[in-house]
Amino acid sequence: MFRAVSRLSATASRNLVQSRAGYSAPLASRCYSHGKVESDEEFDARWVTYFSKPDIDGWELRKGMNTLIGYDLVPEPKIVDSALRACRRLNDLASAIRILEAVKDKAGPHKDIYPYLIQELRPTLTELGISTPEELGIDRM
Amino acid sequence: MLHLTTGRVGSLLAQRVTAALTSSSVRMASHGHEVAANEDLSQPMYWDSTNVPLPDRRYKVTLSSEDERLKQKEKGPWDQLSKEEKLALYRLSFSQTFSEMNQPSAEWKTVVGTIFIFLGLTGLIVWWQKVYVFPKPPRTFDDEWQAKQLQRMLEMRMNPIEGISSKWDYEKGQWK
Repeated sequence: MFRAVSRLSATASRNLVQSRAGYSAPLASRCYSHGKVESDEEFDARWVTYFSKPDIDGWELRKGMNTLIGYDLVPEPKIVDSALRACRRLNDLASAIRILEAVKDKAGPHKDIYPYLIQELRPTLTELGISTPEELGIDRM
Repeated sequence: MLHLTTGRVGSLLAQRVTAALTSSSVRMASHGHEVAANEDLSQPMYWDSTNVPLPDRRYKVTLSSEDERLKQKEKGPWDQLSKEEKLALYRLSFSQTFSEMNQPSAEWKTVVGTIFIFLGLTGLIVWWQKVYVFPKPPRTFDDEWQAKQLQRMLEMRMNPIEGISSKWDYEKGQWK
């Protein structure tokens, strides 16, 4: 409760200036009583950059994905896209499919998020030749 | 349905305790958990978890020549892989899919059943205690004493407004 109040006071002026059109991906930053709060765009950019590292290794991919899945949000399509391309650089199709399963699982009861994600990722999926879990039939028992 | 006698429940529990105390990756096979041999916990491990989608290592460590060939093919364009090949690659790296992981099990039935068994046993023990251990209750518990006690309470008009005496009809000599 206190965190929310102080956050409001610290960022009130900023929020008045910035008006968000829609509700994008939920904020994954901590509510400090002071200090800068990372915006959604900054968060996304940071993660896209992380997975875009040309010589990313398997450990970094796994660490990145496991951390990202630990957050209370469904990653934006551009982050997943970056991660899938990292899988391609690592010649790891299994992980690419696993990532798709994981983001679907993250959406939980919100059944409309995953189809949107796939719709946004469709060009990348066809480009890289990644089959979705549904296409492989592993989305059900 | 499991027909568990006391003896089998005992050995079942002994198994669970031993399993819990030994290697953390050992599980009872009776509820669909896969049983792993004693694993070296200091090495990168594989485990299925929706919280950790990409574990430390691939599931299948030793690959056949067939698998090696597939891994080589994986280095090329993925649209050249058939659905079966893609599935095979998935299963090389992972044991269970997310849907398999999220399958409910029937373990709750065993748990609830065992609870009831123990409650039942406790009930039997308490009953045996009543018959063989507890001394005779004081005479104030006898029906005759209780009736006289109640009579005395009513005669002295105990709790006449809201309590016991208010429920007694003194004219008719019966409960209201």
